[in-house]
Amino acid sequence: MTRVCIAGVGVIGSLLAGHLGQVAEVTVLTRRSEHARALNDQGLRVTGRSSHTARVTAAVDPAELPEPELVIVACKGTDLETVAMRLEGHWSDATVMTIQNGLGAEEPIAARGDWPLLSAVTFMSGTRHSDTHVEYILDTATWIGPYRDTTPADARRVADLIVSAGLKAEAFDDLRPAQWSKLIFNATVNAVAALTGLPHDFHFAEGPLGDLVHALVDEGKATARAAAVELREDPWEMNVLATRRGHAHYPSMLEDVEAKRPTEIELITGALVREAERLGVPVPLHTALYRLVKAKEASYSE
Amino acid sequence: MRICIVGCGAVGSLFAANLAQLDDVEVWAYDASREHVDAINARGLRLTGAGEVVGRLRATTDAHELPPCDFGIVATKAMHTEAAIRAAAHAFRGGSVATVQNGLGNEETLAGHVERVIRGTTFPAGKILEPGHVQWDVKGDTTLGPYEPQPAPVEAIERLADACTRGGMPTNAVHDARGPQWRKVIFNASTNPIGALTGLTHGRVCERPDLRALVSGLVDEGKAVAAAQGIVLDADPEELIDHAARPEVAYGHKASMLQDVEARRATEVDYLNGGIVRFGLEHRVPTPLNEAIWALVKGVEESWQQ
Repeated sequence: MTRVCIAGVGVIGSLLAGHLGQVAEVTVLTRRSEHARALNDQGLRVTGRSSHTARVTAAVDPAELPEPELVIVACKGTDLETVAMRLEGHWSDATVMTIQNGLGAEEPIAARGDWPLLSAVTFMSGTRHSDTHVEYILDTATWIGPYRDTTPADARRVADLIVSAGLKAEAFDDLRPAQWSKLIFNATVNAVAALTGLPHDFHFAEGPLGDLVHALVDEGKATARAAAVELREDPWEMNVLATRRGHAHYPSMLEDVEAKRPTEIELITGALVREAERLGVPVPLHTALYRLVKAKEASYSE
Repeated sequence: MRICIVGCGAVGSLFAANLAQLDDVEVWAYDASREHVDAINARGLRLTGAGEVVGRLRATTDAHELPPCDFGIVATKAMHTEAAIRAAAHAFRGGSVATVQNGLGNEETLAGHVERVIRGTTFPAGKILEPGHVQWDVKGDTTLGPYEPQPAPVEAIERLADACTRGGMPTNAVHDARGPQWRKVIFNASTNPIGALTGLTHGRVCERPDLRALVSGLVDEGKAVAAAQGIVLDADPEELIDHAARPEVAYGHKASMLQDVEARRATEVDYLNGGIVRFGLEHRVPTPLNEAIWALVKGVEESWQQ
């Protein structure tokens, strides 16, 4: 049986651990020791679109876990540096895969070790009801591609494993077309949701806010063109489709600002704005949203 | 001379109570708040703070009670202009009506119901403490001038300005009142929604260089739209913005739009950024940042319906 370690168990990490526990030997690296204890005692329960309870071995220190073949870093973007530091010096034979929103999640990991790296983006979503219970809500896919010292075949093996666990996944020879589609989608939708308080609903596809979303997507597309990335999907169409699913999704960045937590703005809109700047593409609207969300984070202390 | 204040909130009350000090002026107030109107009729309208004044005037919630007036001074929030002037227009058949409201487009709305319109901008501010009692926070000047497509006679504008000044509200009558109006609109449109969207006070918005640069981007668009109409601003909004950010001025001030958002009240964004966008379209000046900010604040308002 394959040994997989999930590093970081928020919604996405919990969904992965809960499902992969059916087909692999799953260990979990948590940030808090109570979380590790609860998982060791109770396992991880998945409800919603699937229902499982997975037995997992959890710890805060990688030294307490057996060496995995695959590590999936599923922490929030804001915790990447911390997780990378904890993984440093461990599990040199493992392949490590990042699955955060935005661009550049691979870099802090790559800087802390020589592991072969895969990169992934995921569209699945859920709600975390407790440390040991996650509800699986959107059964959309995870996209995987090679990043460093890995091959398309490595990406396919991981996609197959995830599919065998009952989740959706697809491997790509080059992840960038998919990653950039999602980057533009998230940079637009997450920031607009965080600033307006609106869940991702019909307002994003029509009227004045729809016009703004369209203009933001256009800036993103211009940046992708300058980066010679051919988008896999049109982010505007992804947006329109997502608003028609019948229930309104609460983007994580909206949940973050409502709970006054740091957001992933740096890895998402920040990454897009920096890429655009490097490529000489003007992105005044994304720049404005980036500054507004950063300022909103600064207001938590008011 | 008979003057009716239409919308006797904080700013309307400053005009009403001060004008009521004059022997030659009879002041009426038309307002939607029953409590405020009853208190004014029972005990007068009291101002405290920057000036201590009690004004004796007639207040009503029923526009039918209004007698014919020489002047109207409209001081409602911009989104209530249409309903207020539709109800009160009969009182101004022989008179002139001035707006001292925030934003762009109020004159156009008034002109749909009354014949002679006065464009106005006012800087004094206050807040209602309780029915019949208003805190006067800041003194300041008012500028009145003709609304060009349907102007009030110069002589009438001067009479009204003179009455306001004598009553304690310094007011200038000018030929072109668009400069002060656009200066104030650009100031408000470039700072209020930034406070509303981020939750930061005016001073904290200005001390973040990246956010201050966004404010300047909004100011530049507003200036371009003003310039395209041949409007000469009477002061640079940038300097006023920096001045207001000083600790002894308004560093800790929460923009009225932030207060509106925190209380989940409709904002005046349609008349600020929305107004700049509309005039920009008309004069072919692109205003993408004002458009974006307008859409975001409308989105905030929509989110309360969820």
